[in-house]
Amino acid sequence: MNGAAAVGEDRLEVEDLACAAGIRILFDGVGFTLGPGQWIRLRGPNGCGKSTLLRALAGLGRPVGGTVRWRGAPTSDTREQWHAAFAYQGHLPACKDGLSAAENLHWQLALDGEASSPARLRELLGRVGIERQARLAYQRLSAGQRRRLGLARLVALHRPLWLLDEPTTALDADGQALFGELLDAHLAAGGLAICATHLDLPVGAAAIPLELGGRRGA
Amino acid sequence: MAGSGFFRFSSPASFFPLAGRLVPVFGWLAVLLTVVGLYIGFLVAPTDFQQGESYRIIFIHVPAAWMAMFTYLVIAGWSAASLVWNTRLSAMMAQALVPTGAMFAFISLWSGAFWGRPTWGTYWVWDARLTSTLILLFLYIGLMALRSAIEDPRRADRACAVLALVGSVNVPIIYFSVQWWNTLHQGASVSLTAAPTMAATMLAGMLVMSVAAWAYTISAALHRVRSIILEREAHARWTREVAR
Amino acid sequence: MNAGAAILWGLRRDLALAMRSRAEIAIVLVFFLLVTSLFPLGLDPDPVLLSKIAPGIAWVAALLASLLGLPRLFAGDHADGSLEQIALAAAPLPALVAGKVLAHWVATSLPLVLLAPLVGIQFGLEPVSTGILVATLLLGTPVLAWLGAIGAALTLGARGGAALLALLVLPLAVPVLVFGAGAVESSRAGLGAQAHLSLLAAGAILSTVFGPFVTALAVRISFE
Repeated sequence: MNGAAAVGEDRLEVEDLACAAGIRILFDGVGFTLGPGQWIRLRGPNGCGKSTLLRALAGLGRPVGGTVRWRGAPTSDTREQWHAAFAYQGHLPACKDGLSAAENLHWQLALDGEASSPARLRELLGRVGIERQARLAYQRLSAGQRRRLGLARLVALHRPLWLLDEPTTALDADGQALFGELLDAHLAAGGLAICATHLDLPVGAAAIPLELGGRRGA
Repeated sequence: MAGSGFFRFSSPASFFPLAGRLVPVFGWLAVLLTVVGLYIGFLVAPTDFQQGESYRIIFIHVPAAWMAMFTYLVIAGWSAASLVWNTRLSAMMAQALVPTGAMFAFISLWSGAFWGRPTWGTYWVWDARLTSTLILLFLYIGLMALRSAIEDPRRADRACAVLALVGSVNVPIIYFSVQWWNTLHQGASVSLTAAPTMAATMLAGMLVMSVAAWAYTISAALHRVRSIILEREAHARWTREVAR
Repeated sequence: MNAGAAILWGLRRDLALAMRSRAEIAIVLVFFLLVTSLFPLGLDPDPVLLSKIAPGIAWVAALLASLLGLPRLFAGDHADGSLEQIALAAAPLPALVAGKVLAHWVATSLPLVLLAPLVGIQFGLEPVSTGILVATLLLGTPVLAWLGAIGAALTLGARGGAALLALLVLPLAVPVLVFGAGAVESSRAGLGAQAHLSLLAAGAILSTVFGPFVTALAVRISFE
C-alpha cells in the first residue's frame, strides 16, 4: 500500500515515525498510508504513545525521526496547507468556561475562517443535539454535552482528515451513535480519519488497525 | 550520520572523546596564564599614584567582567546554531557555558566590592560597569532558572536558546542604557576604571588574565558538556561503554 | 486566513473575554496604585523628595503591574486547549499572537497609562512632567507587553510560576525603565525629553515588528 500520491488526492503517508518523551523512546518505526474513505483505529495500552502520535502528526511536538507526507508533500514544508487539511481534537476542549456554547463555537469557526451567523450556529448545535444549551455557559454543560459541542465543530469544518483522541469519552449511547453517523458520513464523502481509542466505535466502515505498545507498528 | 572533517564532531558520541582530550590542554593553559597574569598584576605593574595597592584587584575584576559579557555572546551563538540546524550538541554547549559565565559575572561583582571598600569605604557603587554586570548576572540566573523549570531536555534547549538570543539582543541596549543613566547622575560616578591611566604593564596584565579566563572557560565548559552528554544520551549504547 | 484577519480574530476574541473579566483586570490597576502608595509610607513624604522620585516609582509600579497581568495572556488558553488550536490554525501564528497581545495591551496597559496622572497628583508632579510620564508609559508599555509575551510563552507549562516570569522579564525591561523614568528628569533639567521618547518609540516599533515572530516560536516550543 505504498503508491506515490498523485498531487491533489488526499492521502496521508507516514514513514518510520518515532517519538520520544524526554530521553525515553515511546515508539519507532511507525508507518502507514491512508487514502480517501479510510480510517485507522489506533489502539494500545495506556501510556504507549497514542496521544503523542496524533500530536506529532498534527505538528504539536517533534518526532525524533520519520516523515509525514500529505498529498505527496512533507508536512513540515507546507505548514499552513497542512493545518488546513486536518481537524485535531485532543483531550482538551479548547473552549472558554465563561463563554456560552454558541459563543465558543462562533470563535472556533472564526479561527478556522468559517463564517458563522446565529442561524448557522443554531443549525450546527441542533445537528449534534445541544440546541437548547446554546446560551448556556460552557462551564455549566455536562461532559457529554461538551463532547457534542466538539462534534459540532468537526461537522462545520469540512476538513479532509480527522485526528481524534478518544472521541467518544463521556458520550451516552445516543451520542456514540451520533458520532458513528458523523464519521461514516465523513468517510463516505472521501474523508480520512485516525481515531485513538480503546472503546469499540459504532462505525459502519471497517477500520485499519494500528497497534502501539512495545511492538513496531504496521 | 557520517560527516567529513569538522562536522564529524557534531554528534555527541564523537565529540565526547575529543572534549576529554581538550579539557586538560586548556586547563593547564589557564593555570599558566593565570600565574603569569597575577605575576604581572601584583608584582610587576607599578603602584598607582592615586589608589595605592588596592587598585590591583582590577586584574581580576575587569577580565572577569569582559569574560562574563563575551561568554553570553558565545552562548547566544551556540543557541542560534541549535535553533537553525537543530543540533543537540550546540544546545549542550550553550548549556555548559552558562554556569561559568555566571561565575565570572559574580567574581566581577565580588572583586568590585573588595576594591570599593578600601577606596571609597563602601562595598557597592552604582557605576555603569558594576550595574551592567549585575543585570548580566540576573540574565544568567534567568537562563539557569528556565532550564531547571522545564522538564523535557529538548524543549528546555529550545526555550533557553530563544531566551539567550532575546537576551543577547538586549545586552548591548542594557549596557547602553545603563551608561546613559550613569552619565546623567554624575554625583555617584567614581568609576572603577576611569581613574588610573593605563600603564602598558597594567594593560598587559589585564590582557593576560583575560586570555587565562577564556582558556579556563573553554576547559570548564568542555568538562561540563561531557557530563551533560552522558546524562542526556544515557539511552545510547556507547554511554554504557564509557561508564564501564 | 490571512494575517490581517488573524490579528482581528485575536484582538476581538481576547477583548470579548476581557470584557467578561473586568474585575480581574481592575485588580491589576488597583495594584498599580497600591504600589505607588506604598513608597511615601516607606519613605519620608517630603513633597520635594516625592516629586523627584515620582517617575521612577511610577515606572517600577508599572513594571510590576504589567507582570501581574501577564498570566492572562496565554495561561488560560494553554490550560483549556485553546492555545493548541490557535497553534494548529490555518493562519499565521505570529498574526494570531499579535492580535492577542494587542488586546492584552488595550485591556491592561492602556488603563494604566490613563491612570498615571493620578500618580502625578499623589506625588505632586508638575503638569509638564506628568505629560511626559504619560507619554513614556504610552510608548514603553508596548515593549513591556512584548517582552512579557515572550517570557509568558517560554514559561508555559514550566514550574516556577510568576517569580520565574519576573526573573526573565525584569532584567530585559531595564532599558525601558531607564529611558522612561529618565525622560522626566531630563526634561526637568532643561535638556528636553525628545531623545528618550524617540528611543522608547524605536523600542516600541522594533518590539512590535519582531515580537510576534519570537513569541510564536516560543509558543510552538511550549508544545514540544
